[in-house]
Amino acid sequence: MILLTIDWAYTIEKMVLIAIVISASLLIAMYATYAERKIAGVMQDRRGPNRAGPFGILQPLADGIKLFFKEEIIPNNSNRWLFVLGPCLAMLTAMMTSAIIPWGSTIEIGGRTISLQIADINIGILYIFGVVSMGVYGIMIGGWASNNKFSLMAALRGASQAISYELAMGLSLIALLMLTGSLSLKTIVEQQINGHFWNIVYQPLGFLIFFVCALAECNRAPFDLPEAESELNMGYHQEYSSMKLGFYLFAEYINMFISCAVIATLFFGGYDMPFVDESQLSGVTALLTGLVALFGKTFILIFVFMWIRWTLPRFRYDQLMNLGWKGLIPLALLNMVITGAVVLFTMKTP
Amino acid sequence: MQALTQRAKPVDRRPMNWIEKIYLWNIFKGMLITFKHIFKKKVTIQYPEQKRPFSPVFRGLHILNRDEEGRERCTACGLCAVACPAEAITMEAAERLPNEENLYREEKYAARYEINMLRCIFCGLCEEACPKDAIYLSETFAPANYSRKSFIYSKNDLLIPDPKTQPEEFNIAKGLIEKKKISK
Repeated sequence: MILLTIDWAYTIEKMVLIAIVISASLLIAMYATYAERKIAGVMQDRRGPNRAGPFGILQPLADGIKLFFKEEIIPNNSNRWLFVLGPCLAMLTAMMTSAIIPWGSTIEIGGRTISLQIADINIGILYIFGVVSMGVYGIMIGGWASNNKFSLMAALRGASQAISYELAMGLSLIALLMLTGSLSLKTIVEQQINGHFWNIVYQPLGFLIFFVCALAECNRAPFDLPEAESELNMGYHQEYSSMKLGFYLFAEYINMFISCAVIATLFFGGYDMPFVDESQLSGVTALLTGLVALFGKTFILIFVFMWIRWTLPRFRYDQLMNLGWKGLIPLALLNMVITGAVVLFTMKTP
Repeated sequence: MQALTQRAKPVDRRPMNWIEKIYLWNIFKGMLITFKHIFKKKVTIQYPEQKRPFSPVFRGLHILNRDEEGRERCTACGLCAVACPAEAITMEAAERLPNEENLYREEKYAARYEINMLRCIFCGLCEEACPKDAIYLSETFAPANYSRKSFIYSKNDLLIPDPKTQPEEFNIAKGLIEKKKISK
């Protein structure tokens, strides 16, 4: 008697997909560090890294090797177990978010229809919020376990910032969910493909709020208070060295990539190539156009993230809290009420 | 109050209007400025391949001069060592032997001539003190090195190339010295 049948092909298919997605996001995060330095350079009339390999494209590898060979220091007074757990948690949560992003439509290999999404769960957006809010534990545990007042202060800032901005982020998405009527990212993308416009047309204010909150959630400038060098030395990763520090920095870039992919999926039609009717294309071409569209949108958003970082100065702490609680949350509530009223009167969605 | 420069601009202290209060428009303007800078000319000089042009009066590493026949001009009089405020120059004099006329210009020469580049402040006083037109500060600077010892430059490191064996290098170095003389 078979109690539990395991669909081996399905398992292997998902494993391969997970491996591809994780290595792709690692690779993109690696080159995001390069892009960041290059963009910082050209925006300040410099050249950026250009020594390691042609145009400096081996620079991320050199950085990684350097970090691996640095001395690993664990402070005597730190809580050793938590100290190691911090960067691991930051990296883990950064990776986990990528599980529900639909990277493309379906593809047929050997009679099997494979969906290019690791898990199409019907509570996709809730899952994102759950995992993202776990990400702050990486910062908090790391900062607290270092047993250093600057790290602790930075961790506190990081935690309060993440909590404040998650509220506005959630409220801005509620308005979007009223329109789509679904929490599954796949459904949201398909609605945008079959409908006339992308969600940004219906929800410009919601997009703006979500974008600002995404900046804050990724601890990117102008909201990089947990890493405010001028006040906190290095911030929550003050006591970290070697690859543990590397993990923190790397997790930040993975977070940035994933949140850009999420924004592209929610507001910019995901793998929908503009002005192209996907249903007319054959399997492989449709897949490729989808991938190009999604990654193109994601990279443009990453560029905007970096562009903002190298333009704006950092907020003061009270300004950050004012903007979050007195600016974005009322605005998101207003957006929600208006969207709700419009949806009620037109009954566009079920 | 009188302005200190002609470029001084009064600070706009009007209260913000509603567009400025939202900040978004100003953020957008700031982002346009940074975007424009992407296409501006880069100010970086790519050092080992490109070098910044120096002025002819630049005071860099020292050169010990030779005359047209390739004889060393230095007579080890010690005036440069006396003039040196950092006491970076050491020398030992020796008498020229009868068969050495093609090597040294006058009867006395420097058997040992050392400059400690870590002490040297590149002030150029040795150049001004020299009565024999023998020492000049060139347009290069001392390269980085691993040991302190390697910064003590001996006569071999300092001497200008011999016009007989290396005429091209000599002409280049000589040209720099002449340029310096003219610009003074």
